[in-house]
Amino acid sequence: MSVETLNVIIALVKIILVVYVAMMVTDLILILAERRISAFIQDRLGPNRVGPQGILQPLADGLKFLLKEEVIPNHVDRFLYLLAPAIILTPALMTFAVVPFGDQITTYIAGHLVTIRFQIADLDVGILYIVAIASLGVYGLVVGGYASNNKYSLLGGLRSSAQMISYELPMGLAIISVVMMTGSLRLQDIVVDQFGMWNIIRQPLAAIIFIVAAFAETNRLPFDLPEAEQELVGGYHTEYSSMKFASFFLAEYTNMITASALIVTLFFGGWHVPFLHQANLPVLWEQIIQILAFVIKTGFFLFFFIWVRWTLPRFRYDQLMNLGWKALLPLGLLNIVITAAVMAL
Amino acid sequence: MAQPSYEIKTDQMILNFGPQHPATHGTLRIVLELDGEVVKKAEPHIGYLHSGFEKLGEYKTYNQWITLSDRMNYLSSLANNIGFAEAVEQLIGIEIPERAKYIRTILAELTRIADHMVWVGTHALDIGAFTAFLYAFEAREHLYNLFEHVCGARLTTSYTRIGGLMRDVPEDFEDMVKWFLGYFPNTLKELHGLLTRNRIWMDRTRGVGYLSREDAINCGVTGPVLRGSGVAYDVRRNFPYLIYDRLDFEIPVCDDGDVYSRYLVRMEELVQSMRIVEQALKDLPDGPVNYFDHKYTLPEKEKVYDTIEGLIHHFKNIMPGHGFNVPEGDIYVATEAPNGELGFYIVSDGTNKAYRLRVRPPSFVNYSCFDKMVRGNLVADVVAVLGSLNIIAGELDR
Repeated sequence: MSVETLNVIIALVKIILVVYVAMMVTDLILILAERRISAFIQDRLGPNRVGPQGILQPLADGLKFLLKEEVIPNHVDRFLYLLAPAIILTPALMTFAVVPFGDQITTYIAGHLVTIRFQIADLDVGILYIVAIASLGVYGLVVGGYASNNKYSLLGGLRSSAQMISYELPMGLAIISVVMMTGSLRLQDIVVDQFGMWNIIRQPLAAIIFIVAAFAETNRLPFDLPEAEQELVGGYHTEYSSMKFASFFLAEYTNMITASALIVTLFFGGWHVPFLHQANLPVLWEQIIQILAFVIKTGFFLFFFIWVRWTLPRFRYDQLMNLGWKALLPLGLLNIVITAAVMAL
Repeated sequence: MAQPSYEIKTDQMILNFGPQHPATHGTLRIVLELDGEVVKKAEPHIGYLHSGFEKLGEYKTYNQWITLSDRMNYLSSLANNIGFAEAVEQLIGIEIPERAKYIRTILAELTRIADHMVWVGTHALDIGAFTAFLYAFEAREHLYNLFEHVCGARLTTSYTRIGGLMRDVPEDFEDMVKWFLGYFPNTLKELHGLLTRNRIWMDRTRGVGYLSREDAINCGVTGPVLRGSGVAYDVRRNFPYLIYDRLDFEIPVCDDGDVYSRYLVRMEELVQSMRIVEQALKDLPDGPVNYFDHKYTLPEKEKVYDTIEGLIHHFKNIMPGHGFNVPEGDIYVATEAPNGELGFYIVSDGTNKAYRLRVRPPSFVNYSCFDKMVRGNLVADVVAVLGSLNIIAGELDR
């Protein structure tokens, strides 16, 4: 077996393990966590009947979605209607490809010395790739809202497109200030650059802007206007049922995971654990601890997403736009100027 | 040559808000004319839950109609029971015993708390704060347990009778109310913590759904909506009934006339209701709860079994087609229900049924100026304004 074949196999294994196993399992865990944590916040029990402590609840939910009748209303634009769930789910899964979840490990496999990076694809323009792919997700919402041919859905789709485009700008500005300090667009470089000090300390303003924008990008409360239940019934996914509805759901959770992973990578040192090098652990152990650290950090932000959702009310549409354009955007620009000035000095 | 017009033509979108919509809490329908997301006109359509309660008043005897009063504003059924009983009693001209007055006052105020809990919960839910909803409903749950203990039903209480009450309160009633008074401030604190100074909540509610003092008076709105527009009118203070003239409480007023001021008024009313319950509970006298003349109220079981008069009164009150006659005349009596002035206009022709029974429901009147409040606001505000009015469809359509 040649080295090339081996590398392809390793890449495939990584894709399957990370995207289909880790992400999907995390999605399932998140569905349960969301319900249990919200119950905990709200003084109730939450689902605890299916399996011990309700851990099989997400499977039951998934099965329910699979077995539900698939209703395609007569008044929809059939092609776009069927396309929308696919458009939204694919970019959601693709963005994670460049996020480094660990360092690298060099080992002999089948007689070859290979380096396995804990990252599906180590792109030189990693962060640009994420911004590019993530913005594709908005098409899913718009197309879904439009194809449903329903006034509420249309309003939801319109809102989401305006919201996501508006918040991509401050998000990009926050990323720029990080990239300026690192001097590289590779996410692995950004992580390595934080070995001395995490970006949350060096770039606190950028971190806040990025986190707020991430909430808006993932359509989570307080920015869940596209699906504001009380105003727009279900927003863009009102007319969807069965697994199509579930894929909108999955996309939301997957986006949450990616957003959390990005927050961690950009501002909280990624897989880096302070003072781990001084412990002189075996390489394998060190790698495992680093991956675990990444998982725990991401998990914390996922919890944070859920925590905020069940505490705050929802913004109004114009207030949301004001926050994006009048507060976050100038602050982002200011942050870049300050960063540039400090770096020049 | 005529200049061609380059203006883009825009059409107004008609959006049917309801009758099946998650934010309308019951079957309300509003036809919204939208320009983008701005409301140009809001036209409430009512009648989806019309149940003919008023007409039924002409076919049911007075005590029978009490069960129907439950179903008007089903969140404050005790207040409806009390309001109706007060009206009929005044028409006959009977004075209920002191103990009954105190119990009615306590229960009316506890109902106000329960109703306001539903209001604050659903209002917060409409604006997206789910957690406040469940905190509020937990408090309401305790109150409903209390109501169940008192009269055997949680929602449709039917607790009053003309001339008194269905029965006296249970022995541990006072302890339960005291426990609740100790428990409730904590809920109130949590709700204040979640909402009152929350920046998003304030942004969503301040300056939204403005109703001026003049408009409020002209439209005849009452209750927290009127007081939120800066008019200190409260039936309990202006036309005292039961024992309200002996109690020390304040009428909270807020001048801003927006959703936030209605919110603040209602939140303060909760505190005042607690004060009223506390005072009334302290002075709760012993004695009978029913009017002494058993022509109007059911006699005790011993009298029914042992005396001929008791037996006759019992059957007169119970048997279909009988019941007491109410002297000829008409009367309008209003009480302060949680949503505002709940009035009953009763015309009697001297028989055991009303000739005409007209209800002045606070929801109906408060809802009538909905268009004034939402015009020029956004779609999201429609939900906030609707929440602040606390429209109950059962009462709206009767």
